[in-house]
Amino acid sequence: MPIPCIEYNDITKSYGDKTILNGLSLSITANITTAIVGASGSGKSTLIQIANGLIIPERGQVSVFGSPITNGKITDKRLAIGYSVQGAGLFPHMSVFENITLMATLQRWSEQDTKIRFHTLMQLLELDRELSDRYPFSLSGGQQQRVSLCRAMMLNPPLLLLDEPFSALDPVTRVSIQQEFLKLQQAETRSMVLVTHDMFEAIKLAQEIIVMRDGRIEQQGSVAEIQNNPASDYVQALFHAGGPVV
Amino acid sequence: MKWSIANPLVLSVLRILMMSLCLIANTAMAGDEPLSITVGSKNFNENYLLAEVISQLFEHAGYEVDRKFGMTGTLIIYEALRTKEVDVYVEYTGTLGQVILNYDGEPSLENLNARLTGEAVEILPSFGFNNTYALAIKRDYADQLGISTVSELVTQPDIEMGFSIEFLNRADGWPGLVSAYGFSQQPTGMDHGLAYQAIDDGTIDVTDAFSTDGDLDRYDLQLLEDDLEFFPHYFGAPLINAELPVDARNIINRLAGLIDDARMRDLNGRVMLDGKSFAEVAGEFLAEEGLVALSDNISATATSIWPRLWRNTLVHVQLTLIALLLGCAVGLPLGITIYRSRRLSRSMLYIAGLLQTVPSIALLALMIPLFGIGQKPAIIALFMYSLLPILRSTITALLTIDPVLKRVAEALGMTRIQQLVHVLVPLALPNVLTGVKTAAIISIGTATLAAFIGAGGLGEPIVTGLALNDTSLILQGAIPAAGLAILTELLFDVLERSLVKPHMLVGQLPT
Repeated sequence: MPIPCIEYNDITKSYGDKTILNGLSLSITANITTAIVGASGSGKSTLIQIANGLIIPERGQVSVFGSPITNGKITDKRLAIGYSVQGAGLFPHMSVFENITLMATLQRWSEQDTKIRFHTLMQLLELDRELSDRYPFSLSGGQQQRVSLCRAMMLNPPLLLLDEPFSALDPVTRVSIQQEFLKLQQAETRSMVLVTHDMFEAIKLAQEIIVMRDGRIEQQGSVAEIQNNPASDYVQALFHAGGPVV
Repeated sequence: MKWSIANPLVLSVLRILMMSLCLIANTAMAGDEPLSITVGSKNFNENYLLAEVISQLFEHAGYEVDRKFGMTGTLIIYEALRTKEVDVYVEYTGTLGQVILNYDGEPSLENLNARLTGEAVEILPSFGFNNTYALAIKRDYADQLGISTVSELVTQPDIEMGFSIEFLNRADGWPGLVSAYGFSQQPTGMDHGLAYQAIDDGTIDVTDAFSTDGDLDRYDLQLLEDDLEFFPHYFGAPLINAELPVDARNIINRLAGLIDDARMRDLNGRVMLDGKSFAEVAGEFLAEEGLVALSDNISATATSIWPRLWRNTLVHVQLTLIALLLGCAVGLPLGITIYRSRRLSRSMLYIAGLLQTVPSIALLALMIPLFGIGQKPAIIALFMYSLLPILRSTITALLTIDPVLKRVAEALGMTRIQQLVHVLVPLALPNVLTGVKTAAIISIGTATLAAFIGAGGLGEPIVTGLALNDTSLILQGAIPAAGLAILTELLFDVLERSLVKPHMLVGQLPT
């Protein structure tokens, strides 16, 4: 069995009185795309922010590629973990080029390496070269989200965390960006963890699915397993549009 | 990012900063000229004039004279003398006795000097005039009633008296006068400036006056003799720093006994009524006394206002700029350090806010015991005022940055410093600049008050103008100050445009 990309061991996290995760343990397979599906408040977003140290659990340990994230400098760990969020989170004072290449510049990449990687990513996500000097405010929502993905992948991290990256997009844009996401999987092999509340998106983009409910794992398995043997009515209901989770 | 040092605007701002720092250094080092003296004055007509007389006398003797005129309040100028920021100014014996030394006895020279030992301050022989309170009455009306003394006034029950509020309340004013002479009349209170008008048009018959008032002759007023010698003596005399060398004392002593009441009234009148400048009247006086030949009088010719205006503006900019730089040097790092802690931010803002509510003139006065007079206390006070807008805008700007952007910056693997330099500061910059601009404009306005504690600047003509009721003088300070404020506004616009991308400007962020 290969080393999991993320391994959670007995994680507990609460906000005030509300316990979000209660003694959760979980392994996420490396080198494939895993979707974490659940309603808002199910703890899925907290789960991935624990993986890159944005949220510190009260109890338990998390390892990325076999190494606890509390070992060594957290900033170094994060360089190897791409992160993209709903609404893109682009820096408004930086151009598209600056947003995407910022971390490479800070890591003192050569100008040539930076440009090559930048153009490769722009092409992969079908972003027009002319957009390079534009600022985020002048981009469409879809373009912003694509730029955000490019930024997350700039340093070619082995692990990519995606927190509902496509949720805020209109259906047409969402479908086309999902296509590019699939192309991306073909082009560069990496471990990806996609948080979404949309089971259909999970089925379309992921190879494994983890269904979360109230801070627990409701079911974990391959897409086929989840589709063919839903573990509960809750999982079953996720397959119906307009079901319990939206 | 356009933080480049090579940016021409950044360069020119740096250059201005360097120049002003040099300017300050120069002013600070100019202290040890061989023959120099600092002459101070209070902020009223007669005191200005005498200070100018002393100044010109020293200039003729080859001294370099630093004029620190127009200080407000006896305690302020006395403190300046005590701390050797002023070498000489003209004080009144009664004031020295009562206000400074808390001494009720006869304020003779010997008595005063005996009490001044250990104070590093000394009083020299008086000019001769006694500028005390007096009761003034229309000359023809006094003749008509046949009275010439205060005692005789008591016997006139129908007489209408109008006194300045201060006179009505001072122990050496009306209350003391009532117990000494047994007045039964009820006076009314009014502004001193209006009292002469009122006496002229017959609304009142008697008012309080100063015995050397230049206005007395203009309104044809007679002073009633204080036959019971109730009013204390207020002989004008030079108060000096006790370490002043003999040569300098001798120069000042040449004025001893030269000016009696009538002479002082006449000189005051030349300024107040004839509209001559202090320099002119001082020059005339020195020539008339044969102390100086009128022809080689240096200052008597009315000099152009421009050099003085320029100097005042420069000092004003210097005060404001240093205070603002200090405000930034403290406020920005402080804001960046504490913004994450709600409690610390709250308490710091609270303290800064508290400072802001202290009235500027009171804050300036509070600075004197701590830092003396002049530019230092003024700069510190201005710095304290600039702190709130800078601190508040820094904290608010950092707190209101979209939390998603902060989270992303962290998640990308940036260090604390990198997050600050590349994300937080650029995003906060527009708001911070607005705060600094506000601080700058507040400082420019407040700095005009700094003249009250001898800091100079554009407040100097305003303070003098207020004391002399001279509107054109007030405008010489007010107009450039307003101009500076507008200029600052424009300068910050340019600065903003060069540092901040247009779509990031406050209020213009597209939604």
